Amino acid sequence: MIRRCAMLAALAAAGPAAAQLAPDTPDHLDIFYWQAVSVMNPYLSGGVKDIEGASMVLEPLARYGPDGRLLPYLAREIPTRANGGISGDGRTITWRLREDIAWSDGTALTASDVVFTGEYCMHPEGGCAARSRFAGVERIEAPDAHRVRITFEEPTPAPYGPFVGAPSPILQKAQFADCLGARAPECTEQNFGPVGTGPFMVREFRPNDVVVLDANPEYREPGKPHFETAAIIGGGDPAAAGRTVMETGEVDYAWNLQVAPEVLERMAQGGAGVLEIGFGTTVERIEVNLSDPSPELPEELRATRNVPHPVLQDRRVRKALSLAIDREVLSEIGYGPAARPVCDLIPAPAHYVSGANDGCLTPDRARAGELLDAAGWRMNPDGVRMRDGVPLELTFTTSTNAVRQDIQALIRQWWQDLGIEVRLRNVEPSVYFGGDPGSPDTFQRFYADLQMHANRFEGTDPQAYLGARRCGLEPRPDTQWQGENINRYCDPDYDALWAELAGTGALARRVELVRALNDMLVQDYVVLPLVHRGSVSARANSLGGVELNVWDSELWNVADWYRMEAG
Amino acid sequence: MLTYTMRRLALAVPTLLLISLIVFLLLELAPGDPMAQMPLTIPPEVREQMRIALGLGEPWYVRYVAWLHMVFVVEPSHMLAAATGVDLAAEGSRLLSWQSRAPVAEIIAQRLPQTLWVVGLSYLFGILVAVPLGVASARRPHSWLDTIGTFIAMAGFSVPTFFTGVLLIVIFSVTLGWLPSMYDTTLEVTDWDSLRRQAAQLAMPVTVLALYNAAQISRYVRAATLDNLAQDYVRAVRARGMSERAVLYLHVLRNAMIPVVTVIALGVPNIFAGAIITEQIFRVNGIGELLISAIHANDIPMVQTLTFLFAVLIVLFNLLADILYGMLDPRIRYD
Amino acid sequence: MTDAAALLPLRSQWRPVWERLRGNRAALAGAALFAGLLVFVSIGPILWMVDPWAIDPDNRNQGPSLGHPLGTDQLGRDLLARLMVGGRITLAVGVMAMLIGVGLGTLVGVMAGYFRRLDGVLMRLTDLFLALPMLPILLVLVLLFREALAARLGEATGIFLLVVGAIGLTSWMHTARIVRADVMTLKERDFITAAQAIGTPPRRIITRHVLPNVLSPVIVSATLGVAGAIMIESALSFLGMGFPPDVPTWGRMVHDAVDYLQQFPGRVLWPGAFISLTVLSVNYLGDGLRAALDPRGI
Repeated sequence: MIRRCAMLAALAAAGPAAAQLAPDTPDHLDIFYWQAVSVMNPYLSGGVKDIEGASMVLEPLARYGPDGRLLPYLAREIPTRANGGISGDGRTITWRLREDIAWSDGTALTASDVVFTGEYCMHPEGGCAARSRFAGVERIEAPDAHRVRITFEEPTPAPYGPFVGAPSPILQKAQFADCLGARAPECTEQNFGPVGTGPFMVREFRPNDVVVLDANPEYREPGKPHFETAAIIGGGDPAAAGRTVMETGEVDYAWNLQVAPEVLERMAQGGAGVLEIGFGTTVERIEVNLSDPSPELPEELRATRNVPHPVLQDRRVRKALSLAIDREVLSEIGYGPAARPVCDLIPAPAHYVSGANDGCLTPDRARAGELLDAAGWRMNPDGVRMRDGVPLELTFTTSTNAVRQDIQALIRQWWQDLGIEVRLRNVEPSVYFGGDPGSPDTFQRFYADLQMHANRFEGTDPQAYLGARRCGLEPRPDTQWQGENINRYCDPDYDALWAELAGTGALARRVELVRALNDMLVQDYVVLPLVHRGSVSARANSLGGVELNVWDSELWNVADWYRMEAG
Repeated sequence: MLTYTMRRLALAVPTLLLISLIVFLLLELAPGDPMAQMPLTIPPEVREQMRIALGLGEPWYVRYVAWLHMVFVVEPSHMLAAATGVDLAAEGSRLLSWQSRAPVAEIIAQRLPQTLWVVGLSYLFGILVAVPLGVASARRPHSWLDTIGTFIAMAGFSVPTFFTGVLLIVIFSVTLGWLPSMYDTTLEVTDWDSLRRQAAQLAMPVTVLALYNAAQISRYVRAATLDNLAQDYVRAVRARGMSERAVLYLHVLRNAMIPVVTVIALGVPNIFAGAIITEQIFRVNGIGELLISAIHANDIPMVQTLTFLFAVLIVLFNLLADILYGMLDPRIRYD
Repeated sequence: MTDAAALLPLRSQWRPVWERLRGNRAALAGAALFAGLLVFVSIGPILWMVDPWAIDPDNRNQGPSLGHPLGTDQLGRDLLARLMVGGRITLAVGVMAMLIGVGLGTLVGVMAGYFRRLDGVLMRLTDLFLALPMLPILLVLVLLFREALAARLGEATGIFLLVVGAIGLTSWMHTARIVRADVMTLKERDFITAAQAIGTPPRRIITRHVLPNVLSPVIVSATLGVAGAIMIESALSFLGMGFPPDVPTWGRMVHDAVDYLQQFPGRVLWPGAFISLTVLSVNYLGDGLRAALDPRGI
């Protein structure tokens, strides 16, 4: 009982009168993130919801615009070789900051803030979520108050990792100076209410519930933002989020409406709002296991490269699986307007898209059957193919999600028509996507023949994304089942091509290499791309200025959002 | 009775410690990973660094002892400090949630009011409906009142709250536009207008849960009353010419209350545990939502602490029920 | 005493119970309803020979028609056929898990209430189980036993036992607390103290005098238990810890269809109605059973 009284007392002492969400007021903006914001410091989380929530307050030096091009934010311009911002040897990049930027507490932004942010994220004990953006950075220094020079250990063709994009914004040194390394998580006040340069500043933060924001009086553009207050409301589910914007009109903007197409359609008829759909790099795909996941194998061999898959090592079988799938139908039934069928692993930006594989959009079940026949799998009278007395049976796993279970059912039907017995499984997402080395159900373990999930790459460059399929990066017992090459794919030609990509700076050649790598994976049927998934959001009819940006935070231009006059 | 109570309270301490240890081991054994909700774009090395920053590099017994220290020493001292204004805070870092990196105690304190409003009120209404309904049904079994009560009760607990909740939203928020479809946790009741808004946002979640609670409790009340009406002692007092009303209120209800007290006491800790589904549907970000999201995110400090607080309440209320048995029926003796 | 002699009084004790059960309208209605549901799920698929898994992308979200009396779902699968097939598992899980949960709860409750020495240990165990968070327990159970059970008993049986066992093991505590409270008051009643005084062994007192008198709360628990088990099963399967995603249990169908409530209400109402009917039938059956077993008979 004492404990409870104390907790209530602590609550009463929690601060000034809580803000009240006031819908229907012209000066207030309500944004719904059904996955609620947990923390306003993106370096401590890495979750999309947290990065986007924080992007209303914190800003990077530059970010990608809706067309995928870099736009300077806190920097004056984008450093390039042409303007001398990137050194001839490709090892240093020098950013020049704008001189008119003030933090929301009135002090000026200087290069020391940027240097400090680098130090903050690169601290070995900090567990920084954006650490990979600083990979290869040797040092970050400030030649003067408005210049930041980043030196890399090796020539880096695209040195736009640190301080670019919503995951890597600038923190205020004065505020976070005592929060380095192991102390980072203990700075609750700072992590919940960072001082920023963005259009809004935090008034009240309730983790996983609601963020109440005020307009930043120091914001550099006069007259912006157009709203005096804003709130990011969290909790509930995607259906509720869509309902509040498009049917009841309680909220102005809702993020990530992952619901069935029929439900989306009905909501859109609600009349209070419209859908905003943008296509980034997310591809829902089937990953094919090239190693044998049989439970009869000993633990140290099961699902490792030492034991090739008895069925799926044959490219003809993999191709047959792909040929049987009608991607148009999957896209329409599973996602409606929120997706389109796809045959490439790299679906965007446009110049990287191979387009050489679009034949996969037309299923060819006859050809698939021939391929299976050729591979020795003969049709039995009971409808299941056999080879050497072994029936053709495959396990198909995915994470728990209503749409994915529908897609599983559709694909199973097509494969069964081909004579393949398919066992379906779904795994709780926190287990499937978690890397717990003790769990047999993670996607890295891959104790199944086929797996379906979505993945994407950040920013506009797929180099690291394609690098994940190299030999030696596969999860295995001695890496505690960590690793990104989940197919256990290994092709020296692929690795050589990727090494060339990593050392190439010229865009034209990079495009060729990216397309070639994409084609190798797809034409080897190691990965079966299914649909290119867009992000679906909803905005109220009265909300203007929204421009969906798939390369950065959806709230990237919230400063420009405004209330349209009724009528 | 006093010695029994003291003995039970003393026994509660090792019981709770054992429960906390078992829960800790259970969470340790459960598959899942705090990095599961991070985007796949974060590479494995960075994930590993983030895990170590959460303290996952230490063996489990070190983390368990650290948790005990934080729950029994650090956190109480901070609460005392917050309550008295005197800086008594003990050394050592506070117990932080892995999701938000905020002190667990502060988040729980933030979540408690809305849970108490919604779940507490619905429990109260549920009991207020269930007891008279159950007694009335039992007095005339198979009458029209009993039949209707049975049907409502069956519907109440066989139709899931995720269905009734969405149904009410579709009717009252989407179609009629009378009530808000989501709960505003920052609303503070200061005047008539805010009270009206509070009532409006409570109406649907409380109705959904109250129906469910009333359905369950009324069945137990009906069964207990029915049982007692058939007992020999009731025949005896009836034979002595006592009025039916007096029989009911003086004898039957008192004895029928024993199972009812058990059921109600079992339900009270649930008030604090929140109602996961209803909270999610109406966006009441209370304790239930906190627990389920912490479980999904493998936020072990949060799950462990919430479960422990829940265990404290269970032990206390079950003890309270046992003491009440002795008062309702003096023949029950524990010593 | 020989076995036959032991059975004899038992049989004569059960005969009037049967007579009373037959005379109880509520019990008969409950039994008829339950039998009807059993026929629906067992014989139904033999008469209605539509493949519940057959996907038909051209006939999605159809309303009732001759070919599909209850319409089709979002993949064009026949709702009636799915209700029939899914009902088998739903009914089996609901009843089996309830029997385990209520059986375990009654056993623990009677033991704790009757034998004071066991009370402390058993009730602390109950407190422990009440406090354990459900989801992690289930995750651990699945982790530990899924592959082992599937390997030994086959995929389908293994999962069924796992689901039924998991639900049963996590739902006995309320019954135990309530039965214990009833037993504690009963134990002090004259007829029990009299039986004890003439040296009746505890086992006999419990089966002859205690159990019949705690039946009412047990029956209520059983009714609630069936509904609870069906709901928990749907949550388990939805989370991927129960049956594979292609098993259309009633709870899962309701769960999946809630988002479509405004457009296709039938899709959530039909499985919902079947769950309610199941619970209702168990309730009336139980109520009749209780009345029939009560020697005073009301």
